[in-house]
Amino acid sequence: MRQQREGSPFTGLATVALKEAADHMTSARIHLVMLLVLLTAVGAVYAAIGQITETVSQDQFLFLRLFTTAREPLPSFVAFLGFLLPLVAIALGFDSINGEYNRRTMSRILSQPIYRDALLTGKFLGGLLVIAICLLVLWLLVTGLGILLVGLPPSGEEVLRGLAFLLASFVYAGVWLAVALVFSTLFRSPATSALATLTVWLLFTIFWPMLAPLIAGALVPVDPLNPMTAVDLVEVERAISRISPNTLFGEMTLALLNPETRSLGIVFSNQLSRALIGAPLPVSQSLMLIWPQLAAMIAALLVLFTAAYVSFQRQEIRA
Amino acid sequence: MSTVIETKGLVKRYGRIAAVDGVDLTVEKGEVFGLLGPNGSGKTTTILLLLGLTEPTAGTVRVLGLDPLRNPLAVKRRVGYMPDQIGFYDNLTGRENLLYTARLLGLSGAEASKRIDEALERVRLVEAGERRVSTYSRGMRQRLGLAEVLIKQAEIAILDEPTSGLDPQSTQELLDLILALSREGMTIVLSSHLLAMVQSVCDRVALFSRGRIGLSGRVEDLTSDVLGGTHVVEVEAQDVDLAQALADAPHITGVTQQRPGLWRVDADEDARPEIARRVVMAGGRLTAMSIRHTTLDEVYVRFFEEDRHHAAAA
Repeated sequence: MRQQREGSPFTGLATVALKEAADHMTSARIHLVMLLVLLTAVGAVYAAIGQITETVSQDQFLFLRLFTTAREPLPSFVAFLGFLLPLVAIALGFDSINGEYNRRTMSRILSQPIYRDALLTGKFLGGLLVIAICLLVLWLLVTGLGILLVGLPPSGEEVLRGLAFLLASFVYAGVWLAVALVFSTLFRSPATSALATLTVWLLFTIFWPMLAPLIAGALVPVDPLNPMTAVDLVEVERAISRISPNTLFGEMTLALLNPETRSLGIVFSNQLSRALIGAPLPVSQSLMLIWPQLAAMIAALLVLFTAAYVSFQRQEIRA
Repeated sequence: MSTVIETKGLVKRYGRIAAVDGVDLTVEKGEVFGLLGPNGSGKTTTILLLLGLTEPTAGTVRVLGLDPLRNPLAVKRRVGYMPDQIGFYDNLTGRENLLYTARLLGLSGAEASKRIDEALERVRLVEAGERRVSTYSRGMRQRLGLAEVLIKQAEIAILDEPTSGLDPQSTQELLDLILALSREGMTIVLSSHLLAMVQSVCDRVALFSRGRIGLSGRVEDLTSDVLGGTHVVEVEAQDVDLAQALADAPHITGVTQQRPGLWRVDADEDARPEIARRVVMAGGRLTAMSIRHTTLDEVYVRFFEEDRHHAAAA
């Protein structure tokens, strides 16, 4: 390197992050999205409680059912989160960088003694902070509702699983925040970046589950005389569908909130011999099960953030 | 006097277009230096290069003896910048905007609020400081930008088009503030495309054209070098050929007839008595005479016209 910069890239990081978080907390846009999330969450959990109390049965993990039980016509709390968390993240991030250009504050802020690194990282951390607070509030709300209405305190294991679920949701939302951040550095107009991010979100939420079997079918045609090709097809389809963060999040919540889940892939009957079907796994084993999914999501988050970083560092900041 | 800003052979290319094409600039401590020129002549790019906000293609920059690329934080801590069409966070009040800057500067809470109070007082935004910036007029935003420079207690203030889009009164207010800062020892670099207005505040100016500095120096020197005079006398007279009458007069550097009975006389001092005497001696009737200082606009037009003629001839 010809140029060696002096001074820490973290100067001003906390200031930017806290200011961003404070801005989000007071912005009408975020208030609306949060209100939507809160209402649907409370609705879903309330419906789940109704369902649970009607179908009383022996259940070791009654508390976790709060998250996963769906009652027609409402989907479960987990399904709602999988759908709405990306929206929250997109609302937080889609104008984070291009908004500074449009307000013409970019050159003024960068003429203060901070590096660009601090601005970008600070904005990302500020968004993550808001997501973390929002998720924690939701989680406590659901837990509180459960204790009040069902009258059952959660067991230690259920709390552990709940916390792991909280972490998974946090990383999932972080990925979508990073997607929004990338588009906000690539496009100068907030409307364009919002639309681009929403397009990606629609693609993965609605179209990816339809596309994955089609692509897999084209890649691995099933030979009726060779049963292994059918297995290959399923494996390929699974791999393709796992490109979508929504699939990864779905698998993580499945393993964490349904302790009976033993595998997230296909299982042959010979692998199940002498297994106690329906017997729950301990928390540590469930965590082992979702480890690859969690690692993949964190990796995706870092790759996306790096992309935003590179594109931002190369930008001309005039205007 | 010591040099606080120095650039040598500064070049910035965007693709094949050179926005800045070999700029050599020196600014001394305590002076008001004007970067003048039309839009797109490379003033803003030069400013961004000075602040290290963009990397030069070639050449060197030294600000307060530091390299803004190598040591950007130290430079940005000591240099205040007010961008063209300055923007603030509209949903925050003026004071909150300044507080954010103060935090980025790493000031403690008590020190920050003391400096903000002083700065708001100075730019007369004490009451408006509690209002949202979205309610501010253009002139108030510019003054808030100046308050930000004050909070930094900058040694150098770089102001990009500080008066553009302001009404005459706000312009005068802002220029007065700038002059006051200069008297307190702050070095000020300002850019503008309104030459005549800035002429009144600048000690030295550099005239930009197509990425180069065409001329630089003190305003009086430029006018006498290019136009040969610092004063322009307009003479209305009948029955006389002024060019002939003033042929060997002292201090007269040029006589041009603008229409019958009206001449423009360039002089390097107030030559009105001499002109009047010679008109009367030549038997003419003097009907009106007015004098004014030569403006930078005239220098600019004349110089770059010649520049273009040379370019066309070559």
